[in-house]
Amino acid sequence: MVSSARSSGSVDSLRFQRASLRYSPHLLRNRWNRILSFFTGLAATFAVLPLVLLLSYVLIKGGSLLSLGLLTELPPPPGLDGGGIANAIIGTLIVTLIACLISIPVGIGGGIFLSEYSSQGWFSHFVRFGTNVLAGVPSIICGVFVYGLIVSTRVFWGQSYSAFAGGVALSVLMLPTVIKTTDEALKLVPQELRWGAFGVGASHFVTITRIVLPAALTPIATGVVLAIARAAGETAPLIFTALFSPFWPEGLLQPVATMSVLIFNFAIMPYDAQISLAWAASFVLVIMILGANLFARWLARLSQI
Amino acid sequence: MVGSSFTDLIFFIFVMSSETSLVNQPCFQLENLGVSYGPHQAVAGVFMEIPRGKVTAFIGPSGCGKSTVLRALNRMNDLIEGCSISGKALFDGQDLYAPFVDPVEVRRRIGMVFQKPNPFPKSIYENIAFGAKVNGYKGDMDFLVESSLRKAALWDETKDKLHASGYALSGGQQQRLCIARAIAIEPEVILMDEPCSALDPISTLKIEELMHDLKKSYSIVIVTHNMQQAVRVSDMTGFFNVEAQHFNDRKIGCLVEFSSTEAIFNAPRCQATQDYVSGRFC
Repeated sequence: MVSSARSSGSVDSLRFQRASLRYSPHLLRNRWNRILSFFTGLAATFAVLPLVLLLSYVLIKGGSLLSLGLLTELPPPPGLDGGGIANAIIGTLIVTLIACLISIPVGIGGGIFLSEYSSQGWFSHFVRFGTNVLAGVPSIICGVFVYGLIVSTRVFWGQSYSAFAGGVALSVLMLPTVIKTTDEALKLVPQELRWGAFGVGASHFVTITRIVLPAALTPIATGVVLAIARAAGETAPLIFTALFSPFWPEGLLQPVATMSVLIFNFAIMPYDAQISLAWAASFVLVIMILGANLFARWLARLSQI
Repeated sequence: MVGSSFTDLIFFIFVMSSETSLVNQPCFQLENLGVSYGPHQAVAGVFMEIPRGKVTAFIGPSGCGKSTVLRALNRMNDLIEGCSISGKALFDGQDLYAPFVDPVEVRRRIGMVFQKPNPFPKSIYENIAFGAKVNGYKGDMDFLVESSLRKAALWDETKDKLHASGYALSGGQQQRLCIARAIAIEPEVILMDEPCSALDPISTLKIEELMHDLKKSYSIVIVTHNMQQAVRVSDMTGFFNVEAQHFNDRKIGCLVEFSSTEAIFNAPRCQATQDYVSGRFC
């Protein structure tokens, strides 16, 4: 009696309708599902469309001009044909290298301080906040800042525009990325690992250099490579710092050609040879940055294995 | 002549008594130890004498501060933000929290094994060699690695893959690797913070057998939630409990009873201990 009452009660008092298990495409929830998946898919397609178009456009326009001369010769004087962008390729490498030499030690050191040494007081909060602000500063303002600091004051041996000034401007752009990725990567290292090292009597220094940093090396390296790829393509900070030169680089304290400034200068010239060189330089720059990004992805994969 | 022999005798007695006192001296003496995290007091009023060459277990409900007290014994709490200590913790009669004490040196003499196995992301060999190297070991590293792994009953399972990653081992093997890593630097004491809570019963049994072997040469302090484990491995047991403070509702950990394991489990003096060890929780 009791059991029958309970079983009939459970059937009668069902608050929800029990529908068939068969999938029905006409149900409202299933319609909404299809509509939303269609629109989000469309949005995702539009999101990658610029990349695909840009890459194919640059490949078609610039890829056809790729030759050995492009990579080994100087740009021609206005009005003449042929020539290459070799000085700009070398210049971009020099300026980026200077930027790396400044921003990697400072950035990784700052990141280690934030994550490992700071007491999470006002100073580290201030540095973290400042890093975020610096990351949002427009690149042209970095250029103007370095122009005012180094170029117009001629503090370095009386030189104004120089590869060095360009490197400093790019390092200001790279710095926040390097600090942030180092900080984040170190925070991802499990606390137990640090305890383990302290537990066997390792000092703070040994714990960081031998246990924590190696464990976080891959994400740090990935962040550094992405920062380099970002900085190498910047134009605005280089226009008033590294300036431009149609000749081979003459030294760190002389103006130097870079690919991004070469594209900026040549693309608006009324000469066909220069315009096609600008396309070719765009192609080479995009390929270099793409290569750096692929390298960063490959680095990131290393840690997962 | 008589006087000098008399002073010799006095000196002899003095030396003897100081030596015996060193042997009988407890390993740790906690005098009114309290630990707070920021403004919140976690543990207060712990008086304890942890004996040398024995296994001492800390039992009690979660949040009663037994792990906190354990970490206070080798200054691991220094690594936790905002943690402060009151009272005294003496190790071999020396105050661990005296201003001139180097915490790195403390941790070299008082090793620690953690709840979660935490081998370094290095090879099995390097895991053990790391501690020895940072402690300035100059001897035969191969021998040290082998003997440490043997003591931790891990040698037979790992001798063919010493240069494989420590992560390639199972959880129980990783925990024994961590114990091997701790004993490689020949500490005087090993602290174990729930070393078996992440392990299966077979690995647990192996680690308990290991503790029986290790207590011949080390003092061991172990935190455990498993009361059977406390009975199986320990000589002394401390029961911690949480008590609400009367002037506010803050819960605070304290040591209720500290005695031989037999006494705690068979004839506890406090009702709270009796309730806890017999499984009646309020």
